[in-house]
Order: sequence, then C-alpha cells, then structure tokens
Amino acid sequence: MLSMSTNNSSYNDQGGADSAVEIGQETTPTSNSGAGFGLFSTDFKKNDDLKEMLENNKESLKLEAMKRIVGLIAKGKNASELFPAVVKNVASKNIELKKLVYVYLVRYAEEQQDLALLSISTFQRALKDPNQLIRASALRVLSSIRVPIIIPIMMLAIKEAASDMSPYVRKTSAHAIQKLYSLDPDQKEHLIEVIEKLLKDKSTLVAGSVVMAFEEVCPERIDLIHKNYRKLCNLLVDVEEWGQVVIISMLTRYARTQFTSPWREDGVFDENSERAFYESDEEKTRDDTEIKPYTMDPDHRLLLRNTKPLLQSRNTAVVMSVAQLYWHLAPRNEVSIVTKSLVRLLRSHREVQYIVLQNIATMSIQRKGMFEPYMKSFYVRSTDATHIKSLKLEILTNLANEANISTILREFQTYVKSQDKQFAAGTIQAIGRCATNISEVTDTCLNGLVLLLSNRDETVVAESVVVIKKLLQAQPSQHSDIIKHMAKLLDNITVSMARASILWLIGEYCERVPKIAPDVLRKMAKSFTSEEDIVKLQTVNLAAKLYLTNSKQTKLLTQYILNLGKYDQNYDIRDRTRFIRQLIVPNEKSGALSKYARRILLAPKPAPVLESAYKDRDRYQLGTLSHTINTKASGYLELSDWPAVAPDQSVRNVEVIEPVRIHPSICTALFHFCPDSSQSSEESEKSSSQSEKSSSESDIEQKKKKKMKKPPQKKNVKPPNKDRYQSVMCKPNSWVGPGFGACVCVCDFSSCRMNLLRPHLFSRRLSVVISCVSGPAFVPEKSHNLLHRMTGKGLAAQYQFTRQPCLYQPNMVSVQISLTNTSDHRLEQIHIGERSPAGLKIHCFNTIEFLEPDASVTVSMGIDFNDSTQAANFQLCTKEDQFSVSIQPAVGDLFLAVTMTEQDFRKEQGKLQGMNECSATITVTAENTSSQPLNRRVAAMANVGVVPSGQDNVHRFAGKTACSGAVLLVTVELRESSAAVITINTEKSVMGSMLLRDLKKSLAQA
Amino acid sequence: MIHSLFLVNSSGDIFLEKHWKSVVSRSVCDYFFEAQERASEPENVPPVIPTPHHYLISVLRHRIYFVAVIQSEVPPLFVIEFLHRVVDTFQDYFGVCTEAAIKDNVVVVYELLEEMLDNGFPLATESNILKELIKPPTILRTVVNTITGSTNVGEQLPTGQLSVVPWRRTGVKYTNNEAYFDVVEEIDAIIDKSGSTITAEIQGVIDACVKLTGMPDLTLSFMNPRLLDDVSFHPCVRFKRWEAERILSFIPPDGNFRLLSYHVSSQNLHPLRSTSLVAIPVYVKHNITFREGSSQGRFELTLGPKQTMGKGVEAVLVNSQLPRGVLNTNLNPSQGTYTFDPVTKLLTWDVGKINPQKLPSLKGSMSLQAGASKPDENPTINIQFKIQQSALSGLKVNRLDMYGEKYKPFKGIKYMTKAGKFQVRT
Repeated sequence: MLSMSTNNSSYNDQGGADSAVEIGQETTPTSNSGAGFGLFSTDFKKNDDLKEMLENNKESLKLEAMKRIVGLIAKGKNASELFPAVVKNVASKNIELKKLVYVYLVRYAEEQQDLALLSISTFQRALKDPNQLIRASALRVLSSIRVPIIIPIMMLAIKEAASDMSPYVRKTSAHAIQKLYSLDPDQKEHLIEVIEKLLKDKSTLVAGSVVMAFEEVCPERIDLIHKNYRKLCNLLVDVEEWGQVVIISMLTRYARTQFTSPWREDGVFDENSERAFYESDEEKTRDDTEIKPYTMDPDHRLLLRNTKPLLQSRNTAVVMSVAQLYWHLAPRNEVSIVTKSLVRLLRSHREVQYIVLQNIATMSIQRKGMFEPYMKSFYVRSTDATHIKSLKLEILTNLANEANISTILREFQTYVKSQDKQFAAGTIQAIGRCATNISEVTDTCLNGLVLLLSNRDETVVAESVVVIKKLLQAQPSQHSDIIKHMAKLLDNITVSMARASILWLIGEYCERVPKIAPDVLRKMAKSFTSEEDIVKLQTVNLAAKLYLTNSKQTKLLTQYILNLGKYDQNYDIRDRTRFIRQLIVPNEKSGALSKYARRILLAPKPAPVLESAYKDRDRYQLGTLSHTINTKASGYLELSDWPAVAPDQSVRNVEVIEPVRIHPSICTALFHFCPDSSQSSEESEKSSSQSEKSSSESDIEQKKKKKMKKPPQKKNVKPPNKDRYQSVMCKPNSWVGPGFGACVCVCDFSSCRMNLLRPHLFSRRLSVVISCVSGPAFVPEKSHNLLHRMTGKGLAAQYQFTRQPCLYQPNMVSVQISLTNTSDHRLEQIHIGERSPAGLKIHCFNTIEFLEPDASVTVSMGIDFNDSTQAANFQLCTKEDQFSVSIQPAVGDLFLAVTMTEQDFRKEQGKLQGMNECSATITVTAENTSSQPLNRRVAAMANVGVVPSGQDNVHRFAGKTACSGAVLLVTVELRESSAAVITINTEKSVMGSMLLRDLKKSLAQA
Repeated sequence: MIHSLFLVNSSGDIFLEKHWKSVVSRSVCDYFFEAQERASEPENVPPVIPTPHHYLISVLRHRIYFVAVIQSEVPPLFVIEFLHRVVDTFQDYFGVCTEAAIKDNVVVVYELLEEMLDNGFPLATESNILKELIKPPTILRTVVNTITGSTNVGEQLPTGQLSVVPWRRTGVKYTNNEAYFDVVEEIDAIIDKSGSTITAEIQGVIDACVKLTGMPDLTLSFMNPRLLDDVSFHPCVRFKRWEAERILSFIPPDGNFRLLSYHVSSQNLHPLRSTSLVAIPVYVKHNITFREGSSQGRFELTLGPKQTMGKGVEAVLVNSQLPRGVLNTNLNPSQGTYTFDPVTKLLTWDVGKINPQKLPSLKGSMSLQAGASKPDENPTINIQFKIQQSALSGLKVNRLDMYGEKYKPFKGIKYMTKAGKFQVRT
C-alpha cells in the first residue's frame, strides 16, 4: 500500500506518464501480464468482438462498441489494447461517438503516447471549427491528453484560444493552462503571459476559471491582480458560483497584503483578551505619536460590500467563503453579519454541517458573542452522527458563560444519559471544561460528576474520574470526601485510565486521606500483577509518595511493590521502579538526590488547563482543507499578516486610454433601464463629488441628474431579464453607515464610470461576437431632422446616432430620437407604424402615452441597417396622424469601435489583402498632420477605435460592422509634404470604398 | 481540484470510477474502507480523510458513498457541495440515484461527469444547461435513437451558457402554461420530558414547478414578508428587489427548482414575547418505565393534536430507538401498525391520521434481558407528520404576476407543514 501511494505522488510529475503506465497495468485486474491472466480470457474474447464492431462501417455498431468500452473504463477494467481501433474514430461525424472516443483518449493517451499522436491533427483542425462548442471540446481533449511531445502544440492552441471570440472557448483555455502547467512546469513564464491576458477579460464566464489558473500557476504574482481588482469585485455577483468561491478566496489573500488592518480601532470588540491587551498597549503609544484615525481603503470596502449579497447564495461553499472573508478582513463589529447565514447552513447535508460546525468551533473560541444568540441551534439531537455531536458539544462549551451556563448544564445532563456512550464521555469532558472556565459553577459540576460515578456504564464513570481528577487538582483543599468516595470506587472500576487517575489522586493528596491511602496501596499490592501498565506505574508512584509521607505503615508494602516492579515484563515499569527505589530508599550510593525526593515527588503541580481542541485552528485560513484536517495541506497558501503600512493604492487605478465623453443621451438611455434609479443616482452623485478633477465630466453628471428627474412616463418597459443585472450594478449602499462618508462608499471614479457606461449586459452580449468592443472614441453632437414641426403638426423629431452598441440586439445600430411637442395640445400615443422595406428590422421604442405641450422626450431605438446605407423608412404615428419619416445613416455610423493591439491589427490586415483592400493618396491640410486632430477627424467620420501605434506617422483605427461583425481596418500613413495614404481593409468592400471617399473629403478639408 | 471520483456501495465495492487528471489507483480507497470499518454507523464515516498523498472527501447519499480524491488545498465545502450537486443531477436524470440506475446508465453518467468537471473544476452544473447538452434518457428517446441513429448529445453550445440568463434555455414552448409553487415548512423541535419546548424552529422552502413559454418575468409577493428572517435564493432571484421591496422578482428556470429557502425566527412570530415559541402542532403523553430487578418494562404513548389551526394531522409516524436491554415488546396500538426490530431495537409505529375524538395510543409491556440492570436512559421519540394546506408560520403568498409574455398562465400555490427533526425526550 505504502509503495503504491508513493507511486501515486509521482503521477503529476513531468515523467509521470511512464510510471502511470506501469501502475495502470499493475492495478487493473485485466492487465496483459502477471498471474490471473487466464481467468480473464473471456474478457479478451469480448474485446475482440468490440474491435470488430469498431472496424465495422455501421455507425450504430461503433457507437454500441464505444458505449461498452466506456462501461469497462467506468468499472476500472483495462481496455487499453483497443486503442488503435478506437482512435480511428476520432474524426467521426457522429457527435456522441466522438465524445465517447474523447473520453477514451483522455483516459489512455498517457499510456499509448505514440498512437495518441495520430489523433492530434484532428484536434488541430477542430480548433478552427466555426462551432464554438467543437473548438472548446477539441481544446479540452488536446490539453487533457498528457503526452509531453505535444506541449508546443498545446501552448500554441492555448494562446490562440485565449483570444478566441467565444468566452466559452476562452474559459476552456483557462482550464487548459492548469493542465499544461501540471504537465510541464517549465512553461510557467509563457503561461503567465496568457493568464495576464485572460485576467483582463471582462466576461463573467472566464473570470472564475482564470483566477483558478492564477492560483494554481502563479499565486505569488499578486501584481497581476492590481489592475483587475476592481473589475473582479464588480463582476463577482454575476460570476458562476464555483468561480465565486475561487475568486473570493484569492481576493482574501490579496486584501491581506494590500490593506491595513481594520481591527486596531475597535479593540473593544476583541474578545480574545490576550490580544486585546497587547494591541491596546500598542495603540496607546501609537495614538500619542500619530493622531491619524483609521480610514478604510475604498477598495477594501468595495470588496466587503460586493461580497455581502453572496451570503444569500444557495451554494454552501460560497456562503462559507464569504464568511471567512469577513472573518479575515472585516472590521470586528461587522463580522457578525455572517452568523445567521452560517447557522442556516446547519440545515444542510451532514457533510456540510460537519465542515461548517468545525469553522464555527474555531470562530466561537474568539468571538463568543457572535453565536451566543443561536445557542439553541447547536443542541444535539439523538439522530446526529457522532462527529456532528461532538462538534456541537465543542461549540456549546465555547459559548458557555455565567449567564447561560445553567441552561447549558441542564442540556448536558440529557446528553450524559445518551445511549451513545462515546458522546456521553465527550459531554463529561465538556462539563469539566465549563467547570474550569466558569468558577461559579465548579462546585455544581463537581457534584454532578460525582453523582455520575455511580453510573452503570463504565466509560461514563471512567471519564468522570479523569475529569474530576483534573478539577480537583485545581482546588484540592475542600474535597477530601470526594477523594474518599473515589477510593471506594477503585474496587469496581475496571477501566485502566480511571484506575490510574484515582491512584494518582490518592497519591497526590495522601496527606488528606491518611487512613485510606495505605489501605488502597494494600489492595493494589494484591492485584499488582494483573493490572494494566498504566495502573502499575501509578501504583509505584503511590507507593513512593506514601513511603515519603507515611513510611511507618507502608514501608513493607512499598518494598513489596518495588520488588514486583523490578521483575515486571514491561521495561518502562522496571525502569520506573529502579528510579524510584534509588530516589526514596536512602543508601550510601544515592546520596545527594534522595534528600530532595520529597520535593521532587510531592511538588505542587500546576492544574491542567482544559482547552478546546480548536484553540490553535485559527492559524489556518477558515474554510480551507488545512483547517479541517488541522495540518497543512499541500498547496496551502498562507494568509499573510496585515502590512503595517498600506502599499501604494494607485496601482489599482485603471487608466482610461481615451478620454470618453459621456453623452447626456446615453445616460438617459441607461437610466431607462434602471429600475431603481434613485439608488444609482446616489451613486453617481457621489462619484461626481469624487471627480472634481475632471470638471468637464462633472457638469455632464449634472445634466444627467436633471434628465433622471423626468416624470416616470418615459419609464421604458425594459426587456425582462435586464434589470437583474442593472440592479446588481447599482450596489446596495443602504447599509453603508453614514459615518463612512463618500470616500468609503464609492470606489474611484474611473471604475464607476466604466460601470455606468458599460454595464455587464452590454459587454456580455457583445463579447459573444467580438472580444472587446470599446466605447466610441467620439460621439457626434450633430443631430438630424427626422420630422419638422410644421409637417408633423406640432410634433418635431430629431435623431442622432449614439454610436453605442445597441441594447436590444447586437446587430442593430442604436439611434436616439428626441420628440418635442411644439403644439398647444397634448399629443397622445406616439409610436412607430409601418415600415419599409418590409423586412426592415426595427426595435421600436415603447408607445409614449402622451406628451404635454412644450415637453420633450428622448427615446432610443435600434435599427438593423444590414450594413448598407439604404435609408430606413417608417411611419411615426400619433393618435390622429401618421408621418412618413426616414433615417439615413452615414457609412461611418454603421460601425462599432473596437480596441485591438497593433499586433492583432497587423494579423487581421494580413488576412484582408487584395480585393478587400482599397487605398488612396490625398493631400491633407496642415492641421491634420498631427495625431490628435487627425484621430478626431477620423473618429468623427466613422465609429472606429484608435489602435495604439508604434510609429508616429502611421495611424491605425479598427472597427467592425454592426450587422455582420466584419472587421474594418483603417490606416492613415502620413508622408512628406502633407501627402497621406489612406488604406482601408474590410470584407465589405462597398462600405470600404464609401468610407474611403468620406475620409478623403474629411481629411482634405480644413 | 477534484482529481478522481469513486462510487462505493454499501457493501464496500467500487462500482464506478472517473478520473479527470492522471489516473489515481483505486487502492487509495483502502483508507476510506478503513475509516468505514471503524465507524459504527454509515453516517459516522468522517467526510474528510487525509491519506499520505491524497485527501478523500466523501458524501453519503442513497446509501452510496461518493468519494472524491483531492491532491491539494481546496475548500472542502466546494467539493462537498459539488458532489451533492452530482447526486441531484443523477436523481434529476434517472428519477432515482441508486447503484442499479447508475450502472444501467453508465454512459450517460460518464457524459454528465465529463461535462460537469473540466480538469477538476466545475464547468456546467446547472440542470437546464446539462439537459441541453445531454438529453435525459427516456424510453421513447431510447427507441427513437435506436431507429434513427440520433444521439443523446446536443450539438450546439446551450444558449443559456452564454446568455444573461444562464439558468434558462431559450425557445421554451408549452401548450398549457402553468406555474406551481409549494410552500413547505418543516418544524424542528426538541421537547423535553415534561412536555416543554426546548427549541423550535421553522425552516421553509418554496419549491416551484414552472412550465411557461418564452421568457416570462415573474414577481411573487407575500402578505407578511417580515416573517422571513434569513433567506437564500436561487440565483435567478433579484436580490436588490428583495432588499428594497420584499418582492421576489425572477425569470424562472424551466421545470422544477427550489426558488427560496428561509428560516422563520421565533422572535418574529411573537413580537411581544422575546422567548421562542413556535406553535407545536402535536403533543405526546408518554410513560416509559423500567423497574429495577424485574424483566418487564411499561410502555405507554399517546399522541394528540395541539395548535393545528383546524387542520388535520396526517401521515404520523413515530419511531424510537429503545435501549439495548430491551429484548422484545408486546404493545397494542389503538390504530395503525407497529413493528419492533429486536436486532436494531428500533420501534416504529405508523399511526396515520390523528383523530381528535379518539386519540391514538400505543400501550403494553417490554421484556428486558433477564438479570441485566435497568437501562438508565429513556429512549428519544422521533415523530414525523404532515399538515396539509397550512404553513405553520402563517406565511401567505399575496399574488403572482407575470410580465414579458402575453398569455395567461395557470397559477397554483400549495401549503404544507411537515415535521423536520422533531424529537421528544422521555
């Protein structure tokens, strides 16, 4: 067994493949070698017909064969000799067959490395498949077959998948990172690069997996987290539950390295007296020198605030991880909010109870107050499993104090009578602990325990004796009658530990029971040879002590016992006897030491401290495996102590590359979707107060607020699923106490704004199509007339392109329409009527019930222009009239800005050569030769994002078409004497040439 | 994270194994078997067992141990929760989660496990997503598959996986649109010898069965939401809305799911009284005595309703673990049937319905081991019962509204009270 386990440990080593092969053959019963081979000959026959079935042309037969093989694998039988037959089917069209082959491959590839290589090309092809599910599963299998030769291929595949369009594939690549790392730790540096890239990913699907990879590959590279910290905090609520657990535990570690301790301030709440004592000392000296009150880092607060709702999760692991986060990070007076949720978990499965109770046990030692109100939840039921019972007992003991001890003791009385004797014994120990901890009840407990001495069950009596011994040691003066009583018991008790305890007790206090003690010794001398070792030792002890105090009566008895001990079979006892004899019996050789014999043997001994077994558990992070098993598990990451001085906070600031102008209309559009805009307005108010430095933006905030105060008539009926996310976005701030002030409530402005502009629902939707759609670099203020007030009989309408990704459908272009009533009567039921061309897809705004005279309202709608500049014609209707209107997009408005790196840009450009490229040389005006105005001009013309460029004279821009998502690349290369070459690469060559024409005009203009 | 999974049946055989990373020899389970031998009851096997190179984390459900092999630090609850989720999924797929069902569907089990974990990290655990990836086996589908050669495995990535509503699949269609909600409350109580309540708590859940077309957006409001003290939600519930308005607003998953579980604190029930007093719906009169020196013991038990709000108490079942000294019993039930297992000493009395006019009782004698001394503890009595059409806490659903779809769904709400861990100490 032992050798087997050592082998197991090497599985994950680099060379693990080979050893695994051997072990697989050793352990599986149907191995090709060794004895017992003949017994399984039937299996071989069966495998032969499986092989035949696999080589058959019929899909159904193959599938049947694969199903049977999977059955073999599940039972742990060896099916490795079928490898060649199975691997042929890896490229099968039948998806179920293919999946089963994958299962087989992953299981056996490590053993059949050469044959496994045959399948690699299939996966490489599948990695390019248009179906994301196939791409992902190909990567999963490719990374799961642990064949060292293909490491470079895996590396390449991971890198490519990490920038895949589909977040699902990116998630798979995050998992693959860990697999590759365990196969070849030398790849670490390259893998860290991929992790760094994936950490930037904004998809909630990826976040959990990449943090997992981070924890596994490079948990020490805490610097990679800085820039993503706020994003992770904000995404947390939307991440899937398993990811939440991983992220929370990582952030706990992170926070302990980055923030200062919030605990110093309120040492009052610290019930751990010792620590409070030290800390308050420190505090005094510190307070004198620097009068700087503790303020919590806003990022620290952000983490606490964003994790709190997760206490309501149905996943017990999530609740526990939030609880440990609060325990390790929150100010002392806030920790107790987790209590209720932890107690709730006790209703869950037995295994969950076990872990949660363990953690509560550790917590309750330091913070009784947290769980005291819930004391009754820890009452033991007769149906609980034994380990649950003892944990509950532990907690009840921890919670005991002067006020509730009588209740607890009454409860304990019931437990002592339990049929589960092991539990009854545990209860007695618990009573003993209560007795030492709370001096008021010591006597009561002692009397109760003495009563138990007459119990019929031996284990109960024995345990009582042991506990009484400990208690008496603490205050022996008044209890000689108890000792007498126990001496009487010696005749009946057979449990050796209890007998030994009684003997020790009598020996220790022999002077208090001068008559009984020699008698006990007499009895023991009689039965000495038949006693257990531990009892013999104590008998020798008792004899020695009596010899010293009462040698007249016991001299002969002692010598008799020492003689018996001298020839005992156990060397411990022979040893002890020899030692005692030398010590107490004076003779010429012993001399010096025997003078001190009395002082040595009868020295006053300190009373034992009855402590919780969970006393030291808090050195491990709560909720971890290490905490549960109370030893350091492999891979356990220590939680560092708070730094004395907080590291630089600004590392977490996320700089904004392009100054984004917030368009008032966007804000309105956003708040349309916000079900409780009052909350978010608070938020934004605060953020605006934070952002004094960017004054241009704060007056936009002002505008936004005005807009928000519009009457609820324009409250859009939102698409059903969105307000969950919206509501998530508007974090609850009700429970942030007023005392914390703005700096605590709000993270820094940039992340707030990011939130407001691009709530997850945008990015999540679009990320399906393209990885990173960025905000527009420029939003034209210019609005176009849709309906003149004269033709519209008082209804005037204007439209403009917001250049934002459309909320309703990713392939639509979002258009903002402001409607004004210039007439003197109210207009009712403004809505969109017929449209042409007939197939035109428009997401209409909801019918506006009425519009008062002189009032105006802004609504947003989405139009699918289908990547053409053909005008969208439709009817704008009121209750009485219908007006035909049309919206004519400029070619530049049909794009969405995209951010990409220069490298990616080049790569994309390489793919779009020839037909897909058009270029022109123009003369630009002098002012357009510098980058700023040039960028602005291009961005004004078309909704494209600036690509950071290494060369001064080359400017690059990237976008994609709204409808089909085709990539658009614009390059402007400035030459000497104000000449410039504009190159446009796109599949949509018509749009490309139209844009080229517009750009030519724009850049040549002054 | 999770390295391997072994399924062990009650007789200690490994009948299924699955590895997500390198193969771990099944001999690692020997440590588990050791612990199993040491434990007196199946429940007493410790959930976490450290071995020299691995850690074994196990859960016991339906008399099957699910043993996960871990190699490095991981939150144990993470693994435990996942294993329970696996069992729930199996139950969902096969109706029951027994050894036979798993063996019969071993291919589907394997496909499921493959989808649920990647490299030991959970991938898709939401039942709605899994069902799109792998269709649950039904007789009809098996027949169709054998004829047409089509498969159980979906070809497209489930839409839920990427959408903003990951728990619901798109394109749901029903001819009868219906939404049922069951409010089920369980009362946990410990009653002491004299009949006074030591602890009593109410734990409730709202289980839903929603079969609605399209993307409905539901809101559920309560008459008395203040009763709910501590709640945990299905991920679909909008937490913010609950915080602000005490309204459950959600887009439901398709099919059966647990919408909410809650705890009713006793303080909220009786705002004037600070002590905890939950209405206890049944009382028990008992007289169980063993006389010193005689080989006979008396056993008397009478049940009666109390504070049941006029509803009948049904499906009453009493069981009790009698002391080891009891050899056999000779009891006479006034209604229902009783059994006593002389080996396990378990007394079970299936009472049925309590008739308030004629209270059920169980009386008679117990024969004790001759010569043995009187057992010094009396047995604990566990009671199960059901009360239909009433939630003990008084929680009432006010209304259920649907937005986002045009049709009119059929709505139904059912209340029920059950005994949870209801114990009477004698």
